[in-house]
Amino acid sequence: MSSQQWLTEHKRRKESHKSQRGNRAIPAAAAGRVVPFLTHSWVPALHLDSGSFLFSPNAICQYFFLLAGQESNDLTNQWLEWEATELQPAVFAALYCHMVQGKKGAEVLGAVRKMLAYINQSLTCKASPCLVGEAESVADIVLWATLFPLLQDDICVLDELPALRSWFQTMNLLEPCRSAVESVLTPKGTQEFKAYLQKQPVPSLHWEKPATNEPEEEDLAERSLSEEEIAAAAEAWARGSAALPEPWQPSRPVLPVEGRRNILITSALPYVNNVPHLGNIIGCVLSADVFARYCRLRQWNTLYVCGTDEYGTATETKALEEGLMPQQICDKYYAVHSQIYQWFNISFDYFGRTTTPHQTMIAQDIFQRLLERGTLLQDTVEQLRCQHCQRFLADRFVEGTCPFCSYEEARGDQCDKCGKLINAVELKRPQCKVCKGTPEVKSSQHLFLDLPQLEGRLEQWLEESWATGDWTANARFITRSWIRDGLKPRCITRDLKWGTPVPLDGFRDKVFYVWFDAPIGYLSITANYTAQWERWWKNPQQVQLYNFMAKDNVPFHSVVFPCTLLGTGENYTLVNHLVATEYLNYEDGKFSKSRGVGVFGDMAQETGIPADIWRFYLLFLRPEGQDSAFSWHDLLLKNNSELLNNLGNFVNRAGMFVCKFFGGCVPPMELGADDRRLLAHVTLELRHYNQLLEKVRIRDALRCILSISRYGNQYIQVNEPWKRIKGQDADRARAGTVTGVAVNIAALLSVMLQPYMPSISATIQRQLCLPQACNVLTDAFLCLLPAGHQIGTVSPLFQKLESEQIEALRKRFGGGQPEDATFELKAHAAAMASSDVTPPGLAGDPQKAQELAEEVARQGDHVRQLKARKAEKGQIDAAVAKLLELKKQLALAEGRDPAPPGKKRK
Amino acid sequence: MAAVAGPGPETEELLLLENVLGLTKGNKYGAREERKVPVLQTNSGPSLTGLATIATHLVKQAKKEQLLGITAEEKAIVQQWLEYRVTQIAGHSNKEDRKIILKDLNLYLEDKVYLARNNFTLADILMYYGLHHIIAELTVQEKEKYLNVSRWFNHIQHYPVMHESPRKDLGPFYCPLYTQAKRQFLKKSTRYKLNYTRKSLLKITSH
Repeated sequence: MSSQQWLTEHKRRKESHKSQRGNRAIPAAAAGRVVPFLTHSWVPALHLDSGSFLFSPNAICQYFFLLAGQESNDLTNQWLEWEATELQPAVFAALYCHMVQGKKGAEVLGAVRKMLAYINQSLTCKASPCLVGEAESVADIVLWATLFPLLQDDICVLDELPALRSWFQTMNLLEPCRSAVESVLTPKGTQEFKAYLQKQPVPSLHWEKPATNEPEEEDLAERSLSEEEIAAAAEAWARGSAALPEPWQPSRPVLPVEGRRNILITSALPYVNNVPHLGNIIGCVLSADVFARYCRLRQWNTLYVCGTDEYGTATETKALEEGLMPQQICDKYYAVHSQIYQWFNISFDYFGRTTTPHQTMIAQDIFQRLLERGTLLQDTVEQLRCQHCQRFLADRFVEGTCPFCSYEEARGDQCDKCGKLINAVELKRPQCKVCKGTPEVKSSQHLFLDLPQLEGRLEQWLEESWATGDWTANARFITRSWIRDGLKPRCITRDLKWGTPVPLDGFRDKVFYVWFDAPIGYLSITANYTAQWERWWKNPQQVQLYNFMAKDNVPFHSVVFPCTLLGTGENYTLVNHLVATEYLNYEDGKFSKSRGVGVFGDMAQETGIPADIWRFYLLFLRPEGQDSAFSWHDLLLKNNSELLNNLGNFVNRAGMFVCKFFGGCVPPMELGADDRRLLAHVTLELRHYNQLLEKVRIRDALRCILSISRYGNQYIQVNEPWKRIKGQDADRARAGTVTGVAVNIAALLSVMLQPYMPSISATIQRQLCLPQACNVLTDAFLCLLPAGHQIGTVSPLFQKLESEQIEALRKRFGGGQPEDATFELKAHAAAMASSDVTPPGLAGDPQKAQELAEEVARQGDHVRQLKARKAEKGQIDAAVAKLLELKKQLALAEGRDPAPPGKKRK
Repeated sequence: MAAVAGPGPETEELLLLENVLGLTKGNKYGAREERKVPVLQTNSGPSLTGLATIATHLVKQAKKEQLLGITAEEKAIVQQWLEYRVTQIAGHSNKEDRKIILKDLNLYLEDKVYLARNNFTLADILMYYGLHHIIAELTVQEKEKYLNVSRWFNHIQHYPVMHESPRKDLGPFYCPLYTQAKRQFLKKSTRYKLNYTRKSLLKITSH
């Protein structure tokens, strides 16, 4: 820790005064493991001649004092222990807060304040200049070193603590302390500690709100219920649909309304030249959709906008490839995107695009303001330009010889052979990838956004946004690390044609860089939706802005774009809640368009699996907090266990009992203790669901839905209405109550399910004839289907997925097998082709399999016989080898993984 | 700032330590704040706060200063492990932290009988109490993995004076690897000419 670094430096001085031994102090900067047996690098450490390590600064100090003949007594020990357990963590938190997070003033001190007062009081009571006894002791040195960075830097003012102040000043004047300060703090002062602090995890500060949108370890599921909770749940239930809030629909277009919660939701704009894969879909549009739907169910005034990001090099390239104009490419892919999101049932209020006049107008307006306020810089950049193609070449358009390893096909940004990063102008013999001509190095003028100038304002805003908003931990982390590395001016122009033109003389042949342009798309897309777009985007007082994205987009939304808007000096709405997902992988690898691995948006619909099932599965494994992986097998499992057997089964049984036993009419319900307890459990889950979704913990909230239907299934199973209905009056009444409560749980589930599976939700509501006005969520579980309510025809909601079907899909979309197995398979197929055996088709070959199975059985018998009569080893080995080979072939013919069963597959 | 509350687990450790040290009961303990930091009320002066501080005080009270180390180096090492005990082990209930603690200790104890090399000290006693609940939860495999910790723990647990403290005996760490490692270790330790005889301990027990 920073202050510990102090100690050793200081003590090293002391050592040279008091003893002349050859012990080695290991400086704080030493990399890697400092003390060989400690995982975390504890610095400073003292390596003694005997080979022992002292890794605790306090112990090191004690050691030096012992060498000087000063034993510690109870009081010095007490100070040292207090320093290690209480003061040190608090000072660390304060320094972190001040130096890394850039906070100022009173809020930095937190817990330290009390501790300073405690030291002051101890000094005052003792009426001596030192903490223990009359002379400076190890306690004074240790505490002084810990407090020095804090007290020296005027982070806190000691005016009210005179005893502490005079003690500190006396300590500062001691020769060893003075020389320690000199050796450690030259030249950077206490900023010297910044680099070290930045590497440490964020200390938990009691005045900072914990990152509440991160999963908690403890589950609320098995909470015990209090009598009050049970009574309250029963009371709420009895109030029925009368307790529903007044239905409210926003007028169109949706605009902020005074006095309501106004929620503006964006999801990262998908780039137009690619078909989005499942990872893209869950990362932004689908996550944002669930949240938007949820907000509407809460009757919050919600606007959800998105659109395609259409400008830039990649579009130009794609246009060249397909022999079309960039605009044609955009039109073509815009339609593809729209169609995919429509299929996935994404409830955009408006899905626009960035190639519109509004985009040009707003982007240029923001640019002009930045220019006026002096937040832009100009600089020269050296670039390769192809004379023949008449354009500057983006890195991906150049090839040449690597300046490091002379590999001839190095790319403009990196050499594939030696892996070094290359600056395109450094390539030897550069070549334009399009015309194969030799480009020339030309310098070009570019404009830069002066991020260092805006850093102060950015940090001030971030502090506010983080204090009040729900940023995911990864978003905070990535942002923090960007700021920590120091902001540099960022180029916002490009030598391209396909983009928003730069409205400034000398730059008129250039366009804005996509990452300057794209986030402005949120504004221009809203402008295309309503002329009153500024009521959303220049209204931070009334609007709460949620940005959804995958984590790779975080810095553009948390640093670059906010700086752009802050730089204009206008009152723009800045992001309040930045919700970033981790990555979704495909089976064991990545989605790859070029390798044809993974499921892409347009293919999902060709699988025959309904959109709602896709939505459910993607949301079930939403990479919240950590990466997750799509797996076909798991999709089958989740569909068949969670949807079919749990949720679908419950909703269907509840409805069926009403139809079969009560003629489709909800029976009267007489609630007993068990029923009331169930209501309370369901209410708890509902509340938890609301809490989680308010924090945008989408995946976790889905678990609450499944828990409720599990409660429901259990309830039906325990009460057996299908038996009781055949019994006496009391039993029949009980069957009625159970059926009525169950079908009401199904109704609640249909509402809770709406953000996740809108079609299934609508189907359930149609079957139960639930009035549209019930699509409102509160914290109460109400009886929405009272006795006498007539329901419609009930039919199953989900279909079983068969493993053959899934296996075929897995084959079709690639992946799912570890690389080596794929090689094995290919090699095998090749080998068999050469030995004139027909290679088995990928989908398996039943007839072939049948034959092989018989052969395997025969060969197996043969081996057993050989072993039984103790034949020669060579003979047995040969037979076993043949058997294994046959088994492999059988596996292939059956479309299984040919790896031997003992080997565990990933 | 001494709001005295009920005793915490660390106070219990101090009572056990009193037994080990053969101190007659008579010390009064309290605990402070949420963490229940133990506080010792003394007759002679102001109260003492903190597990390591009080434990050191008790050792001196019992006149067994050798438990605090003989040389300056030993003394510093003992204090260092006491600090480790109160900063690293206290309150670290999360699995990752525990793993790191066990891993580091295992590496450290590779060539040592006790924490302060050759002599049984207060550091061994307090670390033993502090780790007791962690070791109790280990599986056989984990005990094998942290072999040196297991060996040390077993050794401390069966150390004569420790029998005075009624902690649950965690059994003889029965696993083949364990005995094998112990044999190897003993071979190594004679090479290091460690003082493995129990002279020093006898001094402590025979009062």
